[in-house]
Amino acid sequence: MRLDLLPRARRSPWLDLLSPALAFAAAVLIGGLAVAAFGVPPGQAFLAYFVAPLSEAWSLQEVALKAAPLALIATGLAFCYRANLWNIGAEGQVVIGGLAGGWVAIAAHGSEGATVWILPAMLLAGTTAGLAYAMIPALLRVKLGVSEILTSLMLVYVAQLLLDYMVRGPLRDPQGYNFPQSVGFDEAARLPALMTGESLHAGAPIALLAVLLATLVLARTLFGFEVRAVGASPRAARFAGFSDARLTLAVFAISGGAAGLAGICEVAGRIGQLQPEISPGYGFTAIIVAFLGRLSPPGILLAALVIAVTTIGGEGAQIDLKLPLDLTRAFQGLLLCLVLGADVLTRYHIRIVPGGAGGGALP
Amino acid sequence: MDAAPAPPGPREGPTPLFGAYGIVKRFGDFTANDRIDLEIRAGEIHALLGENGAGKSTLMKILYGLLEPTEGVVTHQGDIVRLANPEAARALGIGMVFQHFSLCENLTVAENIALVMPAALTGRALAERIARLGQDYGLHLDPARPVWSLSAGERQRIEIVRCLLQDPKLVILDEPTSVLTPGEAEALFSVLERLRDEGRALLYISHRLDEVRRLCSRATILRAGRVVGSCNPRAETARSLAAMMVGTQVNEVQPRAARRAGAVRLVLDRLSLPAPGLHATPLRDISLSVAGGEILGIAGIAGNGQPELFDALSGESQAPVPEAVRLDGRPVGHLGINARRRLGAGFVPEERNGHAAIPQMSLSDNALLSRHATAPLSRFGLLRRARARELARRVIEAFDVRKAGPDPAAGTLSGGNLQKFVVGREILAEPGILVINQPTWGVDAAAAAQLRQAVLDLAGRGCAVVVISQDLDELFEIADSIAVLHDGLLSPPVPAGATSRAAVGLLMGGAEETGAEAGETPAAPARRALVQVP
Amino acid sequence: MSLDILQMVLVTVLTAATPLILAAIGELVVERSGVLNLGVEGMMVLGAAAGFAVATETGSTLLGALGGAGSGLLLAALFGLLTVGLAANQVAAGLALTILGLGLSGLVGAGYVGMKRDPAPHLHLPGLTDLPGIGHLLFGHDAFVYAALLLVAGTWWFLWRSRAGLSLRAIGDDHTATHALGLKVRRIRFLAVLFGGACAGLAGAYLSLAYTPFWAPAMTAGRGWIALALVVFASWQPLRVAAGALLFGGATVLQLHAQAAGLGLPGQLLSAMPYLATILALVLLSLGRRRGGSPAPAALGRVFAPSR
Repeated sequence: MRLDLLPRARRSPWLDLLSPALAFAAAVLIGGLAVAAFGVPPGQAFLAYFVAPLSEAWSLQEVALKAAPLALIATGLAFCYRANLWNIGAEGQVVIGGLAGGWVAIAAHGSEGATVWILPAMLLAGTTAGLAYAMIPALLRVKLGVSEILTSLMLVYVAQLLLDYMVRGPLRDPQGYNFPQSVGFDEAARLPALMTGESLHAGAPIALLAVLLATLVLARTLFGFEVRAVGASPRAARFAGFSDARLTLAVFAISGGAAGLAGICEVAGRIGQLQPEISPGYGFTAIIVAFLGRLSPPGILLAALVIAVTTIGGEGAQIDLKLPLDLTRAFQGLLLCLVLGADVLTRYHIRIVPGGAGGGALP
Repeated sequence: MDAAPAPPGPREGPTPLFGAYGIVKRFGDFTANDRIDLEIRAGEIHALLGENGAGKSTLMKILYGLLEPTEGVVTHQGDIVRLANPEAARALGIGMVFQHFSLCENLTVAENIALVMPAALTGRALAERIARLGQDYGLHLDPARPVWSLSAGERQRIEIVRCLLQDPKLVILDEPTSVLTPGEAEALFSVLERLRDEGRALLYISHRLDEVRRLCSRATILRAGRVVGSCNPRAETARSLAAMMVGTQVNEVQPRAARRAGAVRLVLDRLSLPAPGLHATPLRDISLSVAGGEILGIAGIAGNGQPELFDALSGESQAPVPEAVRLDGRPVGHLGINARRRLGAGFVPEERNGHAAIPQMSLSDNALLSRHATAPLSRFGLLRRARARELARRVIEAFDVRKAGPDPAAGTLSGGNLQKFVVGREILAEPGILVINQPTWGVDAAAAAQLRQAVLDLAGRGCAVVVISQDLDELFEIADSIAVLHDGLLSPPVPAGATSRAAVGLLMGGAEETGAEAGETPAAPARRALVQVP
Repeated sequence: MSLDILQMVLVTVLTAATPLILAAIGELVVERSGVLNLGVEGMMVLGAAAGFAVATETGSTLLGALGGAGSGLLLAALFGLLTVGLAANQVAAGLALTILGLGLSGLVGAGYVGMKRDPAPHLHLPGLTDLPGIGHLLFGHDAFVYAALLLVAGTWWFLWRSRAGLSLRAIGDDHTATHALGLKVRRIRFLAVLFGGACAGLAGAYLSLAYTPFWAPAMTAGRGWIALALVVFASWQPLRVAAGALLFGGATVLQLHAQAAGLGLPGQLLSAMPYLATILALVLLSLGRRRGGSPAPAALGRVFAPSR
């Protein structure tokens, strides 16, 4: 059997929408089989994963809480990936952003008058720190030609270890009975809740704003055109007078800044102090979200919600159905694989040629 | 193809060595080959003539097993054969010399040849066979050299040796002289004639009519995917062959009425640039100057520094000193491409897809690509899409760009139409200086004539034009003066009327081939040869 | 330092280098064919989980090793289908594979957390292994170590001495040209991807069956990524991969000793050493290579979709 790919002359918009939907359906189907193998009726699991998280006010808030950082980080990453640059160290930038912003909060802890400027200062510090941390792989690539894929990923481990050190060392709460955690932030250093008494905080509107802004920038500005041009054809982009180096730095700055902002929002919002772990792998999950959303900000928003729903659903399923949490992660990885596979539909006609003796055949 | 019909009989004469009958090949909606019949006999050089896009390459790939025909059969000595892959074709005795060489740059000559040889034939045994065959046919190769270090002529030698080592009955040659100097082409012709005399069949694909008339005894002419005629090219004139190929009468380019000798607008002053990459050519001490209204033609074989020179002129690579490049007297060597555009320069690179245009993007986005800095297409960083569409529409109208849909992706246009778009995009800006690399490469004759006319008209309006081209006919048609780029060195330009194809051809092969006399500087014999050789 | 202590250090270095050699050699073959599979970490961690599970269930280390390699191969088959068969973006597919592998390894290994089993048996040749100074270094390892060294030599021979290796290198250099010659570009790439997956899986199985020997979630701790960096560092040369892995193994051992010795440096800094060292190695490499191009296979990471 041989698989032939015939390039399509033009992309059809409805296939662009259909292909991720198809991939999602296939992933759910395979997930159902996996769940059945664990002895859980697929229907029940489907309810737990996809319906339960949407059925109550608190769980909807949880979904929004999870989706916000994912959408924010993935939107930043979309700039990188569209330009064919591979920042896969967003998790490290999240951590550094959270650490830097949290540090500001700890430094200002208990001081009088530090009410109005403290939160903006934290957000600024987090964003800048994430941005600066992303500049390391970007500069290494621009100046020395070092692969940004490997360096950005290596820096994730370094960031996590740095946070671990800080929380167990210099930033540990002296009155904290040796627990590896900082002091709790002052009220002024916490992101305000959107509704009093509820858990949803200002991180969600920030993410929403970022998605809107990114949509506008990518579609309507010369810079967005530059990003798309560099990604589609670096040679032609140079002909247009766009500088590779400048763009590399810019998109890494955007993605690092977004990740850093997501990190400090998480720390100042949900957690309220520094801990050895401040992100459940948002930086990595956001990579899935970015591709699942086909690197377009509105798609990313939708994808972030889908991933958040399955994550919350996975937590519920762990408790109610005794299904392991890793099932969710495997499902998300599979979903990304299928989305990438389905993407071929939008670019090629697929022809399956039966029979053995063909050139270029696949087994 | 199991229940194939009985093999079609020969239409004339004895059973042909190879036959192709009723060949149809479709790619989606596009029909590249439409019911093509072709018969090839042993001991003949059979020409396959046609313009770019006529379907020659598709047919040739089908005969070599690279493409499967949608319909139709191929026969070998009257029996239907299935060419499932190139291996099968080679087993039947079909060999191929590719136009865009199928060589791996980073492998050695011997490794490239070993790829298609029986697995047992390696090392010294293979080197010996390469040497013996080289001796036999005058095709000398150093088996240990990496391919990237070789010239186009040497690369073609590898292709031919690789093909001949398999003792083929049919050799297919796709535009074999397009990268050769006239001298190298002569050597190739004698090899081909010898192969014919050995009783092999040759399928010679070309659009160069003088070559075909010299070498071939039969010709099949393709147009728009169909056979439109077959003839003995020796009994035809170049004109009648061209008429069959093109179908309509091609407009002759109108010469300009009067030449205005304007002020010097573009100057390169002893420009030297190191090679930008492992396999690139360094530019060495290049000087030229072009006045308004003048067209300077730069001849040369591919791989002698053309893209590097283009990049240096356009600002995609910058010169070490600002004075090395001057536009209207201003030093710009340190400026990027957009700064040079703002000073009134326009540029058309060789590669349409992925350099001059982005195939996935719409034509209006592609209008933005080179004009965003010079046309009012954005404000405060925000795009003004309507204006970009309007600009694209004007280019499309002015240059008669044929396309489907209102604002289609550039990649959906045919080569000629996309070339008209990317040239038109620059010409509509009325540049004071235009640098254009291979203006009509792979473009059909009608579009080529239109483009050349547009360039001539632009020069007539006072623009200084540099045309880099491998096509000598083109340069002699439009250029006022001609210089030759060889191995990163530029010969001094001479008036087109004071030189000849032969002289330019010699320089294209390297000035040293002209037989420099002792005591002369390397540039001096170049100039002498250019002017004096008849 | 006495000869025996030196030998002990060298033995631990070789032990630490073995998983890197296995995974990096596999990836080297994949990249030589022109495919970039960033999913090494995922295939490796799945190999660790599956290897441990199979070995525990069957009681056979050999079957465990095969199980680990097989699971890596299966995951690689998915990657091959996506990137070679369906022309998907290789970077994205590799990342997907990493995430999928981590998830699957958690599922496979869930029942085995905290279990221990005897490490893979070490070679013992009476007389030879007991030779002072060099006996253990030459004749005292488990089968994985010898397999890794054989793999290096075999891969070197394959790439530079065999016809199939020549085809593979040619395809990695220019898929369009080799396709035009009739070489089976996609089939050979797919096979290379499978080989890389099996190697990565085996590397993971080594970790859970011989190195630690137990299963813990995400126990590969970035070794798959380091293996990827090693391939770049080694300029796509098998022997240099082995040398680089040994250097790296040495650094790891040094770090463990430093941690044990309590030099007063924070443990986190020492733990970060391998990652910082990787970055440093890549930086030094590119500093040394400022002039001239990259020795990477020319077609690396490019999508190939032939039409017929």
